[in-house]
Amino acid sequence: MTDLPTSTDKKLGLVIDLDTCVGCHACVISCKGWNTENYGAPLSDQRPYGEEPMGTFLNRVHSYEVTPKGQAAQTVHFPKSCLHCENAPCVTVCPTGASYKRKEDGIVLVNESSCIGCGLCAWACPYGARELDQAEGVMKKCTLCVDRIYNENLPEEDREPACVRTCPAGARHFGDFADPESNVSKLTAERGGMDLMPELGTAPVNKYLPPRPKDTWDDESILAPFLEPVAEETAGFLGWIDKQLSRLPGDTNKMEGAE
Amino acid sequence: MHPAPSVIVFSVLSGIGFGMLAWLGIESTPATGMTAFWWYLVAFGLAVVGLVSSTFHLGHPERALKAFTQWRTSWLSREGVCAVLALCVMGLYAAALIFMGTHIAILGWIGAALSLITVYTTSMIYGQLATIPRWNTPLTTVLFLTFSITGGALISGRISTALVLLVASAFVQVIWWKKGDTAFADRGSDLGTATGLGKRGTVRSMAHPHTSPNYLMREFIHVIGRKHAQKLRVISLVLMAGVPVVLLVLPFNHIFGLLAVLSHLAGVATSRWLFFAEAEHTVGIYYGAR
Repeated sequence: MTDLPTSTDKKLGLVIDLDTCVGCHACVISCKGWNTENYGAPLSDQRPYGEEPMGTFLNRVHSYEVTPKGQAAQTVHFPKSCLHCENAPCVTVCPTGASYKRKEDGIVLVNESSCIGCGLCAWACPYGARELDQAEGVMKKCTLCVDRIYNENLPEEDREPACVRTCPAGARHFGDFADPESNVSKLTAERGGMDLMPELGTAPVNKYLPPRPKDTWDDESILAPFLEPVAEETAGFLGWIDKQLSRLPGDTNKMEGAE
Repeated sequence: MHPAPSVIVFSVLSGIGFGMLAWLGIESTPATGMTAFWWYLVAFGLAVVGLVSSTFHLGHPERALKAFTQWRTSWLSREGVCAVLALCVMGLYAAALIFMGTHIAILGWIGAALSLITVYTTSMIYGQLATIPRWNTPLTTVLFLTFSITGGALISGRISTALVLLVASAFVQVIWWKKGDTAFADRGSDLGTATGLGKRGTVRSMAHPHTSPNYLMREFIHVIGRKHAQKLRVISLVLMAGVPVVLLVLPFNHIFGLLAVLSHLAGVATSRWLFFAEAEHTVGIYYGAR
């Protein structure tokens, strides 16, 4: 049955740091690679070298521009994948039971052999996290790399989602939000992790860390005082040369205080 | 939302078919024999053609039987279950009338109730979606049920009832449009809440994830169809209610009756096309579009 579990033992998910993401799309590529070569139907492409190429992706990176009032605009790269919501609307609408949320770790998955490809779960997801594969006719979504994170055939450092493993900026973090001492819980608490579209009541597990505030043009520089000249009066041999040279005409840069 | 023809055909035809079955089920002195056969052929034809058409947009129609399993949570599954129950009960009721000339009133009432419950479940498939504020209102259920019993009354020849219902359905339709036009803004979702960055300043989509449209954009962002929305609304109202009312008020004639039915069907289909084409999904926000 596609009932949601009342609670899950673990809440596995991602923290995505919008301050650190550089928008390189490496997570998009590693996700597509791993999820095409491993669990489930491959992520197909349509007309990959033709006009208007199209394909299935479980993770996409948007780029936004935020303009604070009276300040310079700021670019924010914004990776988006399934948020593994606690109150996942995509699960309960499924007519076949193909979509489910796991009680043990909270991961939202699709059993592809039961999926009829009706697309209603994609309609129910506010975030665009689910895509109907155009070649296979089944719904694809982020599995949180369920075939990596528990895979004892992989070296321990590889037992995390492909997107997290590959991120060169360290903008993606994987962990258990049910454990208040986990890396992701601490990051969320320290940096004010945000939910996307909280008004829809989906209770997403994944959190986004807001960009840190940037300097403004009006701010006094804290380094400027250290740039003051350390010696006002010239002295010694070089001082004597400076004085003699200053007497000669032809200086293009009149230094302040030079006689 | 992308207006998929199969879903429009499905919801228009099966809605009217089940509405007609509901009217046939509650008749106190129903026709029997061959006369009954033709009435039920039309009603079952509309309902079944609609249901079959709904399987055309599936990625794996061969697994459609699995869709009957999740009635505890899924409105789509409930619709399937209710539709089959309604068709079975009304099938027995109709068979008794046609082949034995027996009127089992209680069976007809149960079948009529199941037929309307089926239309209710259809409306809830759309009405439940918080992601599409225009649909996410109890008025969607009122709209679907009104259209269903109006079309049913018209096709089954209940002229005086149909006249009242045609005016009522035009009224419901206008209210639904009016409420729907502000529904997205009323919900308060924008790029600010969608990215969590709204408190920091104004947010603008600068670059899409990929250079050409993807499944999400094709499915959820349908801006082309909205260009003529206002004209289509007027056309829909005229065809759905205006023309049939005039034709029914004129002295009765079977040609006029047929024209009224065809005009009504065209009007409801136009309305249903707009139902999808004008619907804005929250995914559009992420693409800086509706």
